Amino acid sequence: MSKQTWLKNASFTELTPRERLDALLGGSSRELLGPFARVSSPWLALQGLMAQTDDGVIVGTGVFAERPMVVAAIEPAFEGGSIGEVGGTKIATMLELAAESCRDGVPIAALLLIESGGVRLGEANLGLSAIARIQRAIVALRQLAPVVALVAGPTGCFGGMSLAVELCSQIVGTKHGRLGMNGPEVIEQEAGADEIDSTDRRQIWKLIGCEARLRDGFIDFLAEDTAESVATELQKAFECPLRSPQRIADAYQRLLQLREAQRGQDESNSARSYAKSNEQIDTEGQRL
Amino acid sequence: MEEFRMTFPASQRVRRRAHVGVVSSGDLELLLEPGNADEAIVVVQTKVSGYRKIWETLLKRFFERHAFIVSVEIRDGGATPGTVWLRLEQGMELAVEDRADE
Repeated sequence: MSKQTWLKNASFTELTPRERLDALLGGSSRELLGPFARVSSPWLALQGLMAQTDDGVIVGTGVFAERPMVVAAIEPAFEGGSIGEVGGTKIATMLELAAESCRDGVPIAALLLIESGGVRLGEANLGLSAIARIQRAIVALRQLAPVVALVAGPTGCFGGMSLAVELCSQIVGTKHGRLGMNGPEVIEQEAGADEIDSTDRRQIWKLIGCEARLRDGFIDFLAEDTAESVATELQKAFECPLRSPQRIADAYQRLLQLREAQRGQDESNSARSYAKSNEQIDTEGQRL
Repeated sequence: MEEFRMTFPASQRVRRRAHVGVVSSGDLELLLEPGNADEAIVVVQTKVSGYRKIWETLLKRFFERHAFIVSVEIRDGGATPGTVWLRLEQGMELAVEDRADE
């Protein structure tokens, strides 16, 4: 059995990030700043942690569905797929360069394979600032070319990176993936096991699994756990017309409905605070 | 955290560099490059201190069986000797395999 046949039929979520890129892009994928470039986090050793030579982030270029694109994949096994200064900067710079190329008349799309617990707490503001840069870069690029995110595996996508994913043009998930702001483990640790039992997989996936997220309009496509199915759904995602994500418009609509509902409920409350929050919602809406 | 460098006699050449594994609990990251002269150079960085003797024994035995002239860098997240051996074999396999595209 050739490597490509094996990759096609294997469980997609059990592949390493490099194998996933291989399975989707075939021979066209080319890694940039790979492990031998030895661009790793300078902060981990100071905390007694072992750094990895690619900082857990693989970036490169490739062709998918006949479109040239930049690609990134996060290694969830390294530090929970957390985003530190180096890994975050790799993704952000890649997206910024793609946008620059689009403005120069050579359209480059982006494919982000995101499995991340969010910011790497040990790199604090540097990680947060890198995530902010990623988010800004996604918003800039999605006006010029499709930016598609894939949330495949059980590590899921949380914190700042869940916000980054929601900013993308389209989001594809598999039923093994999960997506949310605070992960169940964090909620349990902070609010107790009565609030949520993070070991109750059935309940967790019913709440924040990608199947539930598709139903509730937080992602756009759901794939089976094979490279072939993932590729099919990604292809649909890249073929969508270029416009501001429908999810965001829908979320804005939901906010408006909430405002109406709340207005009916609390007629007696101070009108001024409503006027103020309405104003906020309107400015947000215009910005979107 | 501990770091050490070891050399072993070697005689066979490899074709290319290879990268396998990941720094995570029970695993390691291994970077392998074709070496110079007649030796294998291994630099180990490990999270778990106090096991130098075991590393030495394992690596000595490995390079007696697979005497490749390589420069190896290991970043260990606490791999068991069995995992270390498998990762080394995996790296060597990638470094010597025939490829259609070459």
